[in-house]
Amino acid sequence: MTITLRMAWRNLWRHKRRTWLTVGAMVFSNLILVFSISLQLGSYRMMIDNTLKSYTGHMQIQREGYNDEPKMRSSIDAIIPLADKVRKQLGSDTVAARGVAFAMTSSEERSYGLQIVGVEPEFEPNVSTLPGLITKGSYFEHSNAEEIIIGSVLARNLRVGIGDELTLLGSGHDGSFAAGIAIVGGIFESGIAEIDRSMAQLPIGYFQNLFGMDGRGHNIVINAPELSQLSSVQHAVNNILTANDRLVVLDWEQLQPGLKQAIQADFTSAWFMYGVLIVLVAFSVLNTQLMSVLERTREFGVMMALGVKPARLGSLVITETFVMSGLGLAIGAVLGIAMTYYLSIVGFSYPGMDQMAERFNLPDRMYPSLSLLSIMLGPSIVFLFSLLASIYPAIRLFFLQPVAAMRAV
Amino acid sequence: MSSIVCKDLCKTFQQGEEIITGLDHVSIEIDAGDFVCLSGPSGSGKTTLLNAMGGLDTPDSGRIRVGNTQVDELGKGPLADMRLHKIGFVFQAYNLIPVLTARENVEFVMQVRGEPAQERSQRSHQILKEVGLEGMEDRRPAQLSGGQQQRVAVARAIVSKPTLVLADEPTANLDSVTAGQLMDLFVELNQNHNITFVIATHDTRVMAYARRLIKMRDGKIISDEKQQQPQIED
Ligand SMILES: Nc1ncnc2c1ncn2[C@@H]1O[C@H](COP(=O)(O)OP(=O)(O)OP(=O)(O)O)[C@@H](O)[C@H]1O
Ligand SMILES: [Mg+2]
Repeated sequence: MTITLRMAWRNLWRHKRRTWLTVGAMVFSNLILVFSISLQLGSYRMMIDNTLKSYTGHMQIQREGYNDEPKMRSSIDAIIPLADKVRKQLGSDTVAARGVAFAMTSSEERSYGLQIVGVEPEFEPNVSTLPGLITKGSYFEHSNAEEIIIGSVLARNLRVGIGDELTLLGSGHDGSFAAGIAIVGGIFESGIAEIDRSMAQLPIGYFQNLFGMDGRGHNIVINAPELSQLSSVQHAVNNILTANDRLVVLDWEQLQPGLKQAIQADFTSAWFMYGVLIVLVAFSVLNTQLMSVLERTREFGVMMALGVKPARLGSLVITETFVMSGLGLAIGAVLGIAMTYYLSIVGFSYPGMDQMAERFNLPDRMYPSLSLLSIMLGPSIVFLFSLLASIYPAIRLFFLQPVAAMRAV
Repeated sequence: MSSIVCKDLCKTFQQGEEIITGLDHVSIEIDAGDFVCLSGPSGSGKTTLLNAMGGLDTPDSGRIRVGNTQVDELGKGPLADMRLHKIGFVFQAYNLIPVLTARENVEFVMQVRGEPAQERSQRSHQILKEVGLEGMEDRRPAQLSGGQQQRVAVARAIVSKPTLVLADEPTANLDSVTAGQLMDLFVELNQNHNITFVIATHDTRVMAYARRLIKMRDGKIISDEKQQQPQIED
């Protein structure tokens, strides 16, 4: 250990209680930061994952302009062969074509205007969790089955069960009248009210037939193996599409701008709180180091008189802060990891969480997820700001006159 | 050749409305290897003169040369370097860094001077032995008596063999036995290592050790005489 480091360490413990209080403030805020950031990042990932998995997918191929104005005629020609090509070239079967139409859907007793989605029975379960959430009946057997799958709330509203008949009335691709009958083959319960109330699916063959699509569809959903691989997959899909310049690949941020905004808003408000915490810690460091510099004026005066330069004394003060903040970082991070790890196993909930949970398809208990980022981000910022806060006390040493300082009491 | 040349030094301090004279046209030459005492009543300007010689404080006017260095022409940084490398200081009290042991106190300044680690530990050990602190190297200042603390300060001042030692009331906190031992040490260093000593004091026991005794009053030199220095037997 160099003399400077030894000096810094011993200086810290000249006022044990003051140092521990300051370290305590760091530990406390690091604990909070590790936990909240883990929770936050964990819940964003869950939010994104769950929302996207239920329907939207990580990205979609669409006709240019469809996302802003989803018109029946903004369609993709020969959608199944295109989907096959994408599957083949990506070497992935998490790719599924869909068609989207609007139809008046009637049971014997009631009618609702609904969005009807035509899906590939073979591949839809790979891109969406809905097929797996069927609680009554079963998913489509084949692409031309004249069956319909609906959400549980919708089934209740229409007062239908498995085997009942629904009449669909809408307009086809060319604007002509489209009408057909489908048997309720399955009822799913996603837990997301919005989806359970309004979603209805037909197999894509029957869908194309009913709405006069002539082999067309509206989007191809593609999931990357991991959200983190999204951009490379998107790039690969773009390459496949070069031949057709009217098609675009949109990622989830473009498909679900609300989700992205909600995350950003939450992130911003959370960081405002973190910011307050960090600034408070920085001020407590500033206060501690300022006091410690002031009460050592005489000592610093002697050192300066001996020819030690202010820069060296300043670096002593900063080394002290470095050691102190390092303690705060280490203890805070360890406690933060312990607490977060514990809660990542037993779960965690807070009042008002259910509303958020419902909106973004989250479970009503949260499980923070620890990652290097979530552990180190908060404590590193606290560390950095503590060091920054000690710059002012260190700079004051440059204005010290050795003779005057030695006369100080 | 003169070790220190001061010409026409003036220094005033402002304290509220009052202007206090610290130095009033002081001119003095001190030979290399001399052993000089500055005496005079409290407030006569001894510390002010010592600080000016050591480049700790700048006079309002006048010129100071120490060795080959024109001190009044130096900026803050070079002044600090001069103090660090050429001059040993012993102050009246609170000389030491409280968190460092006797040995670390000596080594710290050596480290700042950029002396290599091995030399630091060898020389600090040696010098502490010379000032009679063998076995107390690892004590902190609080665990040493006033006299022992002053010895550590002396050890720190002389460890790198400066050409000049400036001491401001080094015996003020010491009993007469300890004060005598410290002065013997000074004389020994002066005679064996040819280090110039300038000591400010109102302690008549200290003055007895001087080869040249300068008396001050109201910022002026009022007398300056050579005297017989007692011989130290080894
Ligand atoms: N920083 C200062 N501010 C105001 N007045 C000062 C300052 N330093 C010294 N003085 C004044 O200048 C005069 C000379 O002071 P100096 O410290 O040189 O005296 P001294 O001979 O060392 O006295 P003592 O024996 O008490 O140490 C005194 O009147 C003192 O009050
Ligand atoms: Mg004095």
